[in-house]
Amino acid sequence: MIVGNRKSLEEILQMVKPYKKILLLGCRECITVCAAGGEREVAVLASELKMSRAKDGQEIEIKEFTLERQCDFEYIDQIKPFVDEYEAVVSMACGAGIQYTSERFPKKVVLPAINTTFLGVALEYGVWAERCQGCGECILHLTAGVCPVARCAKSLFNGPCGGSSTGKCEVNKDTDCAWQLIVDRLKAQGQLEKYEEVILEKDWSTSRDGGPRKRVREDLRLS
Amino acid sequence: MRLNYPTFIKVIKVPCTGRVDVLTILKAFEAGVDGVYLAGCLEGECHFLKGNLRARKRVGYARQLLKEIGIEPERLEMYNLSSAQGQRFAAIANEMAEKIRALGPSPIRKAKDAFKA
Repeated sequence: MIVGNRKSLEEILQMVKPYKKILLLGCRECITVCAAGGEREVAVLASELKMSRAKDGQEIEIKEFTLERQCDFEYIDQIKPFVDEYEAVVSMACGAGIQYTSERFPKKVVLPAINTTFLGVALEYGVWAERCQGCGECILHLTAGVCPVARCAKSLFNGPCGGSSTGKCEVNKDTDCAWQLIVDRLKAQGQLEKYEEVILEKDWSTSRDGGPRKRVREDLRLS
Repeated sequence: MRLNYPTFIKVIKVPCTGRVDVLTILKAFEAGVDGVYLAGCLEGECHFLKGNLRARKRVGYARQLLKEIGIEPERLEMYNLSSAQGQRFAAIANEMAEKIRALGPSPIRKAKDAFKA
């Protein structure tokens, strides 16, 4: 899922300072699952904003609304009947959702309440960790299902480096060395001979280096 | 026992303090109450195993939120007592009432009253 973190109340208050009537827009997808911008978090932020503003004698009217998804226009358009009643939209979706909401209503000010952080997994309730960087060319079959792009601080293709110590990365002692994980798992799978193979340099043009990416499936297009 | 505790303390019954969400607490403050405390079962004696421990964690989180808003976090407290400790219930109620009295009205209520005036 896409994992995000809510911005500080102070930062959000600063953004909404000029407005008296806002639409607080949550998303029921990834950002709900990572407990940052779902219906619950929308309610909590609305309450925080109302109290902060009331305290300063500048009351604010907030409509709470959570869409099924903010990355699909069919859902975003559900706010069409009432979005103009609000001076600004504060989106609690990931960066994609925030941008798409702004794109659908270009005349409306859309403000971000979330810092989108990574593509990751839930390790336990309340703990999420990065697993994928969306590089556009998966090599997990070569690395025993552990991604060196996302999980090695240097994105090394033939690791580990000298900064690997007792299975941890020198960048952070709580971070596993991706290459230690790869070697351990190759061993567990009886495929350690794969470690002998040199992985060639990566073509980063499928990643961000090739500019913004787009995917088209002609058979699914309606027009 | 015929123990007294301040009449302005409103008891809201929940099946377990584990039922109390951060939003429940925030809504109370938003409504203008001066303080909130949770009275959970003794630690280790939760009928649902961890309800009171979870409540304590949520109280910790809600206190951070209150601080961010500018409300004294001391206005929110977590207590543990058993249903057989009537004396302690009254003592806690009085203790919390004293603490809140010392802090004065909540900044939210103060602002709301000023707005009305």
